[in-house]
Amino acid sequence: MKARFFLLLGSVSAALVAFALTSPRVIAADKVDPAADAKAFQDFFFQKFPTVKHDDFVNGPYSMNEDMKRQWQEKEEFPPYEFALDAGKEMFATPFKNGKTYADCFPNGGIGIRQNYPYFDEKEGKVVTLELALNRCREANGEAPYSYVKDEMASLTAYMAFTSRGKPMDIKIPDDPRALAAFENGKRYFYTRRGQMNFSCASCHVQSPGERIRAEILAPALGILNAMPIYRSEWSGMGTTSRRFVTCNSQTRAVPLEPQADEYRDVEYFLSYVANGLPISGPGARP
Amino acid sequence: MTAFPRTPVLYLLLAIAAGLAAGPVRAQSAVADGQKLAFDRGKGNCLTCHVIKGGDLPGTIGPELKDIKSKYPDRNELVAIIFDETKRNPQTMMPPFGRNRILTEQEISAIVDFLQTL
Ligand code: HEC
Ligand code: HEC
Repeated sequence: MKARFFLLLGSVSAALVAFALTSPRVIAADKVDPAADAKAFQDFFFQKFPTVKHDDFVNGPYSMNEDMKRQWQEKEEFPPYEFALDAGKEMFATPFKNGKTYADCFPNGGIGIRQNYPYFDEKEGKVVTLELALNRCREANGEAPYSYVKDEMASLTAYMAFTSRGKPMDIKIPDDPRALAAFENGKRYFYTRRGQMNFSCASCHVQSPGERIRAEILAPALGILNAMPIYRSEWSGMGTTSRRFVTCNSQTRAVPLEPQADEYRDVEYFLSYVANGLPISGPGARP
Repeated sequence: MTAFPRTPVLYLLLAIAAGLAAGPVRAQSAVADGQKLAFDRGKGNCLTCHVIKGGDLPGTIGPELKDIKSKYPDRNELVAIIFDETKRNPQTMMPPFGRNRILTEQEISAIVDFLQTL
């Protein structure tokens, strides 16, 4: 397992070593270095798909296939996520029973901040995702939390993503060993094979983006969260990041975690950090 | 090259084996069973990754499965690939169907019979 894990990480590790050797700072060979990881991760995709414009990776399967992209661009004139966007905007503006609103829970009233999530909360010592922060906001104001995989959560995150469209992902890793550990844990989860089929997330989204798995075109891991939440015809509705993680695990006969389990939060942290600089494109629509 | 002269012998052996068991019908049905298993989403689901003659909506992750007999004249090689391809290629995406008990030995054998007709 370990050997395989490192094989797959080959390019990342090599870059890490190279960085360690050339860096003016004195760093131990085994020090976690997210910045070098992110650079190696992005370079891997830029080199594997030299004709894809860098900002295009955030469009998932559409970045990999011209025909699909054309169909999608036509559909974008009447996007299927529009109803969710409208609902989310209204929900966002509607006060809770205590008179407060979502805006009171977030920096800048919650507008144009999607690119900063998830963040590492140094008080809690854990990663906080946007979905988690929304439910915490509800609970702090005496409201019942929403299901992480259903429409209300997707509507709220759709609206918040929309107000951030085009802003580059900007995830920070504070100089805190717990934050580095969360990043490292997310990376490990992403590259570890599991379940009866023996797939890792990377099997599909690093090794095989652009390939068809049955009828579906696999999205590249780079920028894979920038378009969330997404509308999928297969779901006949919207899906959150939580829903997609659970679905990818269960469809490959791996045991899914609870939405917002620590490891999912860490994977989201890892995937978002390595997408730093790429624009938010959500909400997205998928065939 | 060597596969060619060996083929009739294989057939003969197969025919004898089949004759000993339940007559030639059995060999025929092993191929049909193998195809069913290979296409079944809950079983082999090989179409998820491979183009296979007669199958709908194939994926593109693995190579097209064709001319299998000339490429792998020894059926044990095919059994080994289906049982656990990570032995040959640690990074492969192909699931270890035998090792992880997705398919039984008999099921793998039937799929190999089917592959050899491609
Ligand atoms: C065996 C294949 C497979 C594995 C393993 C897998 N996925 Fe997926 N994933 C898919 C397919 C198929 C889709 C839908 C098509 C697409 O958009 O890529 C998808 C979509 C996604 C999306 C939405 C991308 C978009 O733009 O539509 C995310 C995010 C995602 N997967 C994350 C993960 C994570 C995290 C893991 C590991 C916990 C994982 N996947 C494991 C096959 C897989
Ligand atoms: C999730 C993907 C996946 C699935 C499912 C899958 N394979 Fe494969 N298969 C591959 C890949 C990728 C290769 C290329 C060799 C490698 O990766 O080691 C391969 C190679 C092969 C080969 C060697 C082909 C050659 O030309 O050398 C055979 C035979 C084969 N697979 C049979 C099967 C059968 C039979 C099934 C179903 C029981 C199956 N595969 C299911 C991915 C898959």
